[in-house]
Amino acid sequence: MEFTLKNFIFYGFALMTVGSALLVVTVRNIVHAAFSLMVTLFGVAGLYVFLQADFLAATQVIVYVGGILVLILFGVMMTSGRLEMRIHIERGQLLLGGVVSLALLMLLLTVIANTPAWKNLTDDGTELPPTTERIGELILNGPFLLPFEVVSVLLLVALIGAALISRKEVRD
Amino acid sequence: MTLQHYLVISAILFTLGIFAVLTRRNAISILMGIELILNSCNLNFAAFSRFMTPSTDISGQIIAIFGIVLAAAEAAVFLAIILAIYREFGSIRPDEVDTLKG
Repeated sequence: MEFTLKNFIFYGFALMTVGSALLVVTVRNIVHAAFSLMVTLFGVAGLYVFLQADFLAATQVIVYVGGILVLILFGVMMTSGRLEMRIHIERGQLLLGGVVSLALLMLLLTVIANTPAWKNLTDDGTELPPTTERIGELILNGPFLLPFEVVSVLLLVALIGAALISRKEVRD
Repeated sequence: MTLQHYLVISAILFTLGIFAVLTRRNAISILMGIELILNSCNLNFAAFSRFMTPSTDISGQIIAIFGIVLAAAEAAVFLAIILAIYREFGSIRPDEVDTLKG
């Protein structure tokens, strides 16, 4: 395997994603975990760029980093006092959860390594045109119109539901 | 880069997410684990779309976009429920919220 600049950047993004995800699940301070999650999300956006999914990468940064992460930080601020910033972990659960997830990882890696149809599929390096236009066509004028509308209604329902659940009860 | 590179990264992300959901005793940390799982799943969709279908077919990317939308809706409702629970119980540790337990 040759060490071109592209490979170097790819492995940089991969390492950034996996390493910061490891921090997300091990760090005891919840604010630190949230900021590690930000690095993970940026890393995944970089991997989308390598998959030539430019629109997906932009959406990832805008929605996850700009939206969900801010929501999580607000959640931390509103629910965690000074004492709750540290995440409580029980030792027995740590052991059991570690064994279960390690077994799961081994299973997944075995499947990935041994599925014949997934072998030797290399990126041929062809540059595709930007995907935004085709995604717009497929969503608004193609087979994904109905799922798009359903998801819009779902977002509206989630919005109203979240506002309704989290408001203070008014007793009259 | 081969398909397996992406699959291995996403398998690791998935496992770490499961680990967070299993071991962390804080509802917001569990949400972070769920976000990791959803991210690994979206990464899989994009990778399979790139490697397994002709390069003009980008349906996998659109499914991943729907996945991001669902994650946003899920996070909003999750945090609303957490706020309601915090107001009711004064804590967001899942093992302390056990009123229904006999």
